Amino acid sequence: MKSALHIACSRQNLQQVRDFVRGHLDGHGFADVAINQVVLAVDEVVANFVIHANEEDESQFLDLTLGLEDRLLEIEIVDQGDTIFLPNPTAVAPDLRESIKQSRKGGMGMVLVNRLMDRVEFFARDNHTVCHLSKTLR
Amino acid sequence: MKVTAQPAADSLTLLLDGELDASSAIVLDTELAKPEILTYRKVLVDCAKLSYISSAGLGVFISHLQPLQDKDVKLVFFNMQEKVFNVFEILGLDALMTIVPTQAEAVAA
Repeated sequence: MKSALHIACSRQNLQQVRDFVRGHLDGHGFADVAINQVVLAVDEVVANFVIHANEEDESQFLDLTLGLEDRLLEIEIVDQGDTIFLPNPTAVAPDLRESIKQSRKGGMGMVLVNRLMDRVEFFARDNHTVCHLSKTLR
Repeated sequence: MKVTAQPAADSLTLLLDGELDASSAIVLDTELAKPEILTYRKVLVDCAKLSYISSAGLGVFISHLQPLQDKDVKLVFFNMQEKVFNVFEILGLDALMTIVPTQAEAVAA
């Protein structure tokens, strides 16, 4: 089963992205926590593309494709903008005690994505950035 | 995302309703940045209706924790849904923040 979503680069569209992922995974008997983990991983990647790669330029677009076969979930997120944005997929977790001391807000998004998904890949294709996420749901 | 503030004698309860993400985190950030928040002994965060949190939402709490601690204001979360608690747990934030099951425990914390 495959589904697709096309959105403009606005953080207002993050809710639509989460609803899209939930809609795809609901009704298959997956635990609420497991569904939320996938929703969170996709939300974090999309937020990175929208805010950091495209600086919330609503004339730029992202395409999401979700495929579920048995329990294997494969997600492709394509940034149709021209900026190649390749976050370090092995990002080291920030020292949270230090983040608290310094009142630092960021640095956790990609760490979460790596901990939540089985496989995380960013690469360039036809001058666009592509993110592949996959996970076997239990 | 809706944030409702319920002031009491020495504590402030914040009721969070909805999804806390990169779009809505500003609402909570604005609430926690109000100077009067530092006049309470405790800020109790009722998470019963908080159905989602992303790193942007966590970042808001992380960024306000030290200023609150500096003024001896305790930040306590309660009524947290399992899927939301799971996000705190994945990053180890459950060990750095006070999260209790019920309102009674939050008041007593």
